[in-house]
Order: sequence, then C-alpha cells, then structure tokens
Amino acid sequence: MNDRNVGDVILKVENISLSFGVMKVLDNINFDVRQGEIRSIIGPNGAGKSSMLNVINGFYHPQEGSITFKGNTRKQMAPQVAASQGIARTFQNIALFKGMSTLDNIMTGRNLKMKTNLFWQALHLGPARAEELENREAAERIIDFLDIQAIRKKPVGKLPYGLQKRVELGRALAAEPELLLLDEPMAGMNSEEKEDMCRFIIDVNDEFGTTITLIEHDMGVVMDLSDRVLVLDYGKQLADGKPDEVRNNQDVIDAYLGIPHEHE
Amino acid sequence: MLFFIEVALSGLMAGVMYSLVALGFVLIFKASGIFNFAQGVMALFAALTLVGLMEKFNFPVWLAIIGTIAVMIALAWLIERVMLRHLVNQEPIILFMATIGLAYVLEGMGDLLWGSDVKLLDIGIPQGAWDWLWDQGIYVEKLELFAAGTAAILVIFLAIFFQKTRIGRALRAVADDHQAALSVGISLHTIWVVVWSVSGIVALVAGIMWGSKSGVQFSLSLIALKALPVLILGGFTSVPGAIIGGMIIGVGEKLAEVYIGPMVGGAIENWFAYMLALAFLLFRPQGLFGEKIIERV
Repeated sequence: MNDRNVGDVILKVENISLSFGVMKVLDNINFDVRQGEIRSIIGPNGAGKSSMLNVINGFYHPQEGSITFKGNTRKQMAPQVAASQGIARTFQNIALFKGMSTLDNIMTGRNLKMKTNLFWQALHLGPARAEELENREAAERIIDFLDIQAIRKKPVGKLPYGLQKRVELGRALAAEPELLLLDEPMAGMNSEEKEDMCRFIIDVNDEFGTTITLIEHDMGVVMDLSDRVLVLDYGKQLADGKPDEVRNNQDVIDAYLGIPHEHE
Repeated sequence: MLFFIEVALSGLMAGVMYSLVALGFVLIFKASGIFNFAQGVMALFAALTLVGLMEKFNFPVWLAIIGTIAVMIALAWLIERVMLRHLVNQEPIILFMATIGLAYVLEGMGDLLWGSDVKLLDIGIPQGAWDWLWDQGIYVEKLELFAAGTAAILVIFLAIFFQKTRIGRALRAVADDHQAALSVGISLHTIWVVVWSVSGIVALVAGIMWGSKSGVQFSLSLIALKALPVLILGGFTSVPGAIIGGMIIGVGEKLAEVYIGPMVGGAIENWFAYMLALAFLLFRPQGLFGEKIIERV
C-alpha cells in the first residue's frame, strides 16, 4: 500500500500531555495524519490509545500541547465542535443509542447535516419534511453500503455484537466525516466478522477518500491495513513509522514481549 | 349499565388529567434519563404565574398564556445553566436529588412571587355537565372533556416530534448515551433547554386543567404523586404509555371504588393506583410500553 494517494497533513498533534491528577496518561505525544491515510495507533493495554482519540475529538482536554486540524490550531475544543469540523468516531465499548432502531441511529449521525429550525420541525412540515427525506436517502445508502438492510428497523440493543459494531460505523459514516476515528473496530469479533470489517474500512478509505485513524490489537490487521503506525506505551511515544519499520523496532518488541532479564 | 358507563367515563376523564402530569415526567426522562421530582411543582408554578399575570398585571388570557410560556422557557434555560450543566455525567440518583432541590426552590419562588392563597383560575374553559350526555342520563364534566381533547392533541404532536424529527431523535439520543450523542455533534446544553422547555409547557397545560378544576393551590404539586403509578404502568419512556396508563389508573380506581369498595369498607380510590403499580413492578417492570433495556453487566 505504499504507492497510495496520500495527501497533505490533515491532523497534527504536537506535544500533547494529558494527566488525571497524578496519573500521566499521555506524555508529550507528537504525530501527524495525512489526508487519505489509514493511520493506526497500537500499544499494550493502558498505553493511552483511547485517551489520544478522546483528545482528538474533544472529550478530554490536554494540559499541554496543541492539535491542528485542517489548518486550525487549538488547545482544546468541545466534542460538538470537533464533530462539526468533520471528525466522527466509534467507541471501544460500543456507544449506540440502544433503544433506537438501526435507521434512527444512522439518522442521528446526520444530525449536523440537518439545519431546519425547531419551529418547522415541531410542525413537521415544509422544509423540515423535505430535509428529512433527503437525509433518509443518505442513511439508506449507508445501510446498503454496510449490507445491514435486514436490521433497519430493529432496536440496536438487541443485535449481536458484530452487527452493533457495524451500525456504529454506519452512524459515524453518516456524518460524512473527513477524519474517522475507530476505537478497536474489531475487538471481540470472530474472524469472519473481522474480515468484513476490514473490507469496510478499506472501502470507506478507497471510495470516499476518508482519512482513518484506528486503534487495534490484532497485529495482522494493523500491519495489513495501515500506511503508518504509531506505538504508545505507558503514555509515551515508543515508535512511529511504516508497518515494517515498527515491526522491527527493538523498543516495540520489548514493550510487547517484555525484556528478558539476563540473569534468569 | 348506565351507571357503569358513567363511572367508567368519569374515571377515564380523571385519568387523562393524571396523564397530563405524567407526560411531563416522560419527556424529561426520555431525553435525559432524569426523574424530575419537580414536575408537579412546575405545573403549580406555571399555573401560579398564569393567574398572577392575569390578576396582578391584568393581562388578557392569550397574552398571559404566551407570557407564562416565555417564563417556562426562561426557567428551562436557567435550570440548564445553574443546575444541569454542572452535573454532566453524574449518576441518575444525583440528578434526581438535584430535582428535589429544584422542587423546593420553585415552590418557594412561586410563594414569594405570587402569594400562597388559593386562587381561582378561569381562562374560559367551559364548566359544568356536558348537556348532550346529561340528556342520556350520564354526567360528564365539560372541563374534563376539554382536557381529554387537549391531551390528545398534545400527544399526537409530541409523538411526531419525537419519532420523526431531527431534534426528537437528538433528544432520544441524549437520553441513551451522552458521549455518543456528543460525538455526532449534538449539543447537550441545547437539547436540555429544549426538553425542559417542552416539559415546562406540558406542565403549564396540566396546571391550567388542574387549576381550573380545583383552584390553584399548593396541594397541586402533590398530584405529581398520582403520576407515579401512571408512569410505572405506562413505562417511563413512552408518551402513549403515559396517556393509556393514566386512563387505566383513572378508570380502575373509580370502578374499584364503586364496585369493590363497599365490600371492604370503601376508600379504595386512594390506594388502588399504588397497588396496581406494585403488581406491575413485580411482573412487568418496564411498564406496558416502556423500552426494555437490557443492561450488560
């Protein structure tokens, strides 16, 4: 995948440090993500991967450092601002609207695409109605893309885990994001579901040109999918580079396999 | 037979009055997972404001209603600013406690602003028996009929609003998962103001109906207690459930009082609703129409 069409830097993370009380979760992290790239973040449990995503989409506010997205540099921002600038995400422990149907979940993802005011919506007439139909079409396209037509009306809380992950991806895609953050999209899946999810990620990246940053534990998947890989360990940046470089990095191998003690 | 119909009908109408109060609870619970203890007091406060505007400032009815709606929206904004904003991501029980505090504040505020005497509320809703049915030998209050009609319109309006519109979906999304809602760009602050405003307006409707029926007085805030069994029956998250739950409770308690009452010495009406709610809690805790949410632990 080295000959792929990767553009300019879309996201630049500089000197980010985040702590909760005395716990230093992220310590001086620096990396960038280029337009159209699939960028992975890996690391052992507790390395700060999810925290990094939470910083990017505004859930956590780092004490130090700055984030530049599409040329706008900021220290911190509210999640809805991040969303309105084109950052969508999924969560490690699926965060769907469980009581709502698949379709409604995906329609919620189009929240920012819909603009009519409360007055028209309350009446459910005029522009609000037209807008609703238009966005419903967009949602249906995503349902087709993810091949989940059969569960369109089902409440998502009752769906099997793998499908819930897929619906969550659908909700993120519905926002037509420029940067898609995926937090362990394949965790807890069987190998068939994993293959499907891989295919969706590649298709999203290819067809829509969406830039993707993902966290994943399955090394096979990470090495296959990614253009570049960032490795975190205990909140520190351990390595950053192409999959091959990272794979052969001694620090990374030590972090994952442990350092042999010579006298043992 | 005629007597049976009359009892059932008057129960039905009384039930709708409960439903009006229960509706306000459902709205806030649906959209924020908060059980709003202050809902009854909000109805009282709205009714007090309405009467106050009419009596003290000589507003005509329509202007007083618009004024009260404005006050309820301002109140929603204040509640978000002062209370909810500081309690994001807290346990439901903490938010519940905060609404208990809110109930006291509102009650005190109503007292301070408008005085604590019982007030007559007359905005021109027809009173007395409905002539046509009275001729058939059945007594039904016009006011209660009017309340039923109003409730029906409210419910249709709210159902469409919740199911078919972006803001309705956003409301439900916020209720379900704060973080996920934030990640798709929903602003919690806006949503809270909207939902507390809507439930404030519903409280106003309930306040008008109850106030017209029995005067605006501080015991009005206690009707919230009757809304509890209605909610348990109908489900905390269902708008139609609040209506149907109210009607079942209304009809049930009237029929029980008239037909079972004499056998056990009467006064069933006071506790029937709570016993029914208890039975529901045992066998169908999500209520008739509530969403069954399976918690993965």
